[in-house]
Amino acid sequence: MQAAHVTDAKATASPLMLAAVSLAKRELVRFLRQRSRIIGALATPPIFWLFIGSGLNRSFQPAESGLGSPGSGLGEIARTGPNPQSAIRNPKSGYLAYFFPGSLVLVVLFTAIFSTISIIEDRNAGFLQGILVAPVSRTAIVLGKVLGGTVLATGQGLLFLALAPLAGIKLSVAGTLGAIVLIGLIAFALTSMGVVLAWRMDSSAGFHSIMNLLLMPMWVLSGAVFPTEGASAWLAWIVRVNPLSYGVAGVRHLLANSGTAFAGMTLATVVTLAFAGVMFLLAVAIVRLPRGNLT
Amino acid sequence: MDENAPIVAVDRLTHRYRERIALDGVSFEVAAGEIVGLLGPNGSGKSTLFKALSTLITPAGGAARVCGHDVVQAPDLVRRCIGVVFQNPSLDKKLTARENLTHQGHMYGLRGGPLRERIASLLGWVGLQERAGSLVETFSGGMVRRVEVAKAMLHEPQLLLLDEPGAGLDPGARRETWNMLCDLRESRGATILFTTHLMDEADSADRLVILDQGRVVAVGTPSQLRSQVGGGVVRIEAAYAQELASDVRQRFGGEPRVLDGAVYVERPDGFAFVPQLVEAFPGRIASVAVGKPTLEDVFMHHTGRRLYDGFEDEDSVAFHSPQRRRGR
Repeated sequence: MQAAHVTDAKATASPLMLAAVSLAKRELVRFLRQRSRIIGALATPPIFWLFIGSGLNRSFQPAESGLGSPGSGLGEIARTGPNPQSAIRNPKSGYLAYFFPGSLVLVVLFTAIFSTISIIEDRNAGFLQGILVAPVSRTAIVLGKVLGGTVLATGQGLLFLALAPLAGIKLSVAGTLGAIVLIGLIAFALTSMGVVLAWRMDSSAGFHSIMNLLLMPMWVLSGAVFPTEGASAWLAWIVRVNPLSYGVAGVRHLLANSGTAFAGMTLATVVTLAFAGVMFLLAVAIVRLPRGNLT
Repeated sequence: MDENAPIVAVDRLTHRYRERIALDGVSFEVAAGEIVGLLGPNGSGKSTLFKALSTLITPAGGAARVCGHDVVQAPDLVRRCIGVVFQNPSLDKKLTARENLTHQGHMYGLRGGPLRERIASLLGWVGLQERAGSLVETFSGGMVRRVEVAKAMLHEPQLLLLDEPGAGLDPGARRETWNMLCDLRESRGATILFTTHLMDEADSADRLVILDQGRVVAVGTPSQLRSQVGGGVVRIEAAYAQELASDVRQRFGGEPRVLDGAVYVERPDGFAFVPQLVEAFPGRIASVAVGKPTLEDVFMHHTGRRLYDGFEDEDSVAFHSPQRRRGR
């Protein structure tokens, strides 16, 4: 029997895209075959959004802002500037509409968490063991996981977007397409970040702590839940420093054509791209580190 | 790599987990076509050795070459030539057997028609072709193990590494697995290196490397190792084992050991020794057992301790109690 000999001269890792795409496909197939996971994943953000959004709907009056003309959703907060007297109560805007972009990003966050929590179980006693002893580049491993998570998140985002009219948000074709792309970028960033956090962990309990102490606050403080105008100064500052805020701002701009005080569309895109890039590179670096001290 | 070079060459390999030394200068070789077992209790370092050879961890010191390539300098070359079967299943339960093998193939650069043919042939060889399209979560432990071996052989590696191949399997499934492995060696010329703490499994090896606390304590074929102990091993149960042991030493010489409340004596004339023993200490002996040395006796001969720490039995996976969990 001839063994598969490989000469020393040529590169030895398997083709990157073949491995990455195969791994990404596996993520999709796994997800689709776990019905309870699907229901849990798909149902939570819409429910969250619907209940909290409706509950706060008419109480919502962003401070020092003009809500803009009726029917435009949230209006141009940034452009009109502080104007206490024009805090118009517009029944078509309100919290349901304000909360929509943030909830869309929550869909992405949930998917990213689901994608990466499986790394911990997989690595010590599962599928990942077999991957790690195969001649697959570590980049391909990360890429496969992140691509899978991105496609899943984007797909779910698309479904959630279908609910936009309920919030009085009128979707333009360009706006929707742009939002999908931006959601994909955010998903890429968050899944990569998940890999960075989960890779060196030995127990999923540890990851749950990270989820509660880092990821959820990251979302809460991204302009998803409250605008920077009217928030305490120190909170507003955290929002501006949080890279996720720029993704949320971009989505908000694309969907409702409303801006935020701290980021226009260009800045939003640039920061989100950088966020995705940096997180991905960090993830690859962490996966490449030689493992020695962990049992 | 020349024809006669060893498939595995380990040279003074060391590794530690924080302050605990897991491997302390381990050296041995495996020649092509051999079935070699790494035998040792939990905590002996065999798992660490397994992880180092399968390129899962980077050892702290020393060197290991697999198929002529260094595991630290050229891990991808090593990975191409090894197939690994882990103790915990490395299959995705939500995928079918065929899907698992397809993904595995992609990891090794195999694809399309040739991959499909190879998968069909391997599933046929392990007798699972009718279940190729079933989800792995519907398989029994033995079936899972068979798919794992098929998966490990997919890219025709020269060396098959198995971590506790019999663990978690009932004796029938274990036999099945070993028949498969021997067939692999006969028909496909594979070299096999496995870890185990089970004596029966160790007996299936051509050669054994016995490990204890990170060191190699003995190397040889099972019969060579047993003959090192010499003759028979007499096991005496007595109410006051310690006193009996020193009395035996005084009267008959030798090095009786006391373990778990029983006295062990190695004697070339094992069977003939029994009546002498019983005459010398009337009323003090509860029972006597004589047998040819087992691998456990070999281990005891070299280390003074038992291979089994009393928490394990032949037919189940070792139970790790909290105090004993020192990491593997």
